[in-house]
Amino acid sequence: MAVLTYREAIRAALSEELTRDENVVLMGEEVAQFHGAYKVSEGLLEKFGPDRIVDTPISEAGFIGMGVGASMLGVRPVMELMFWSFYSVAFDQILNNAANVRYMSGGLINCPIVIRGPANGGTNVGATHSHTPENVLANHPGVKVIVPATAADAKGLLKSAIRDNDPCFFLENTILYGEKGEVSDDPELLIPLGLADVKRKGTDLTIVTYGRCVLHSLAAADILEKEHDVSVEVVDLRTIRPLDIDTVLASVKKTHRVLIVEEQKPFASVGSQLAYMIQREAFDELDGPIHRLATIDAPAIYSPPVEVEQLPNPQRVLKAALAAVE
Amino acid sequence: MSKKAAPTAESKVSCTGQSASAPINANLSKEEKIELHRKMVRIRRFEERSLRSYQSKKIGGFLHLYIGQEAVAVGCCSLMGKNDHVITAYRDHGHAMAVGMDTKALMAELYGKITGCSKGKGGSMHYFAPSLNYWGGHGIVGGQIPLGTGLAYALKYKKLTGAAMAFMGDGAVNQGAVHEAYNLAALWNLPVIFVIENNGYSMGTSQERSSAGPGLAQRAEAYGMNWGTCFGHDIYEVRATMDKFLTLAREKHQPAVVEIDTYRYRGHSVADPDKTYRTREEIEEYRNTKDPIQLFQKTLLAEGVITEALIEQIDTEAKAEADLAADFAEASPFPTPDDIQKDVYWEADNADKRTSKGRLFFD
Repeated sequence: MAVLTYREAIRAALSEELTRDENVVLMGEEVAQFHGAYKVSEGLLEKFGPDRIVDTPISEAGFIGMGVGASMLGVRPVMELMFWSFYSVAFDQILNNAANVRYMSGGLINCPIVIRGPANGGTNVGATHSHTPENVLANHPGVKVIVPATAADAKGLLKSAIRDNDPCFFLENTILYGEKGEVSDDPELLIPLGLADVKRKGTDLTIVTYGRCVLHSLAAADILEKEHDVSVEVVDLRTIRPLDIDTVLASVKKTHRVLIVEEQKPFASVGSQLAYMIQREAFDELDGPIHRLATIDAPAIYSPPVEVEQLPNPQRVLKAALAAVE
Repeated sequence: MSKKAAPTAESKVSCTGQSASAPINANLSKEEKIELHRKMVRIRRFEERSLRSYQSKKIGGFLHLYIGQEAVAVGCCSLMGKNDHVITAYRDHGHAMAVGMDTKALMAELYGKITGCSKGKGGSMHYFAPSLNYWGGHGIVGGQIPLGTGLAYALKYKKLTGAAMAFMGDGAVNQGAVHEAYNLAALWNLPVIFVIENNGYSMGTSQERSSAGPGLAQRAEAYGMNWGTCFGHDIYEVRATMDKFLTLAREKHQPAVVEIDTYRYRGHSVADPDKTYRTREEIEEYRNTKDPIQLFQKTLLAEGVITEALIEQIDTEAKAEADLAADFAEASPFPTPDDIQKDVYWEADNADKRTSKGRLFFD
């Protein structure tokens, strides 16, 4: 075990998988010489050379599509999007080609590609750079969607994604890159996709969340326990698709109250899907309506202090949690 | 005529011109030449048969026919070696047959049957045969071109001597993804040939109404890439031209754009009434003077390679094969609703090897 930042944990996963499998390559804008726009790939060029760590032009449709094509012939590309927001210019390659090629070929073709990069608001970069498309991505059968909250999860899940034979979309968070945590240095320690993690045990309220909102929810849970005598269980989904609904339902059966916290615009969000599934499968366990806290429904505002209020934050979670246990 | 400017004099080689004497053609055996002819005839008869099935409502969706363009796919694909790969757009029946896909599976796919090459999940626009180095069959105009570039990337990464041919129509050349792929291929010296099958019309919009600049292949100059044009009604010329560029790709990792002049006799798809953007006379002119099958037939007769009797026999056999494929398709079962969620995830289809947890499918 070592204490690593989320950034270092992702780098460690990349390094270990590049070492393990010569078919793995890392590509993207500024990943090599520049050491990564967010320094995730720092040192990898020196270690693995320019055939494995490849700087691309600013050309997402071109290079993501190229990665999809290369993956069909057995390369296992890890493609970095500087921001997941830029997926929109490669939408056809990601969600028509990568997502559909196995199906349309009747199962003859696999697409073992990983597309990774940060997807979050909160850095005052405005609406074009603040998309959180996990709901849009997960709406496409054929793909897997991972949103890790901690350094240990980021490493173990990325390793699983790289070894997976289906297209995996891995959504990181620029604000989490500097967060530290204990991370295993065992190169064979993988965290399976589709397995949620109870980050805090509790009895009065289940908060279902993922990504950076896990941290907000844990912070709010502390306050709820100390100041309001409310015991909160925090379930971190970690993976959006496949979805570990069983862990969610087990928690609901214990607490009977649910708050979903997500950095998502509310309409047709991940939380919408969760709320449907919880009421469908645990209706009799619920002591009240399912509550949800999402991003305030507007394009991402620039104004720095106001953007904090647009996104979920510990105070907003606290307020929403109190409403949910009323 | 609303087609583009006439090809250069150099590329207007007739069937009895220089191309026939190019080594790649001169070295063909009699049997190999007959096989080229046979493939073109088989494609045409297959598609004519599919059109009848479409008209009798056996086939749904779109049906983009390749009739008139056969020399392009057959000529190009006849040059494929073990490590050469092909990808194309939605007008993909000709390429599929050119690489050797079985007509029964192709027709069954059109009929939406489980015996189809994609188990009835792809349809006309989405034929695939990775075992034959054939990567589709793609529905979005130009969307396959980055994938073809990726095939070339994989070849180079794995240090295999081969090339990818990424086919597109003249309508695809104005898509951004195509230009991004050009840039990547030229920047990284990837062994890919971008083949523009210029049939003059992007759906119903002629080249002069859709594409700026002096020529489509010439845009390669902006990327420092090789380019060429060729008279695609002559299979010898297709082979001679493509052989040159494929060799450069395989041996020197030089990508290229090759614009092959061709023509489709049918509408953009069967749904196109084909009455608004070109004249009957134009179509007849092509049929009468530039039909790739007729031209090659004449050449082979002049070379003494083929006889009228053999031409007749090949045609009869091709019609019979198409009928057999239609019978097979007709007799085959449809997929069932239980099949809908198969072939979505590798992990779901290989449950014994699954490592992930959780639900993959939702209701």
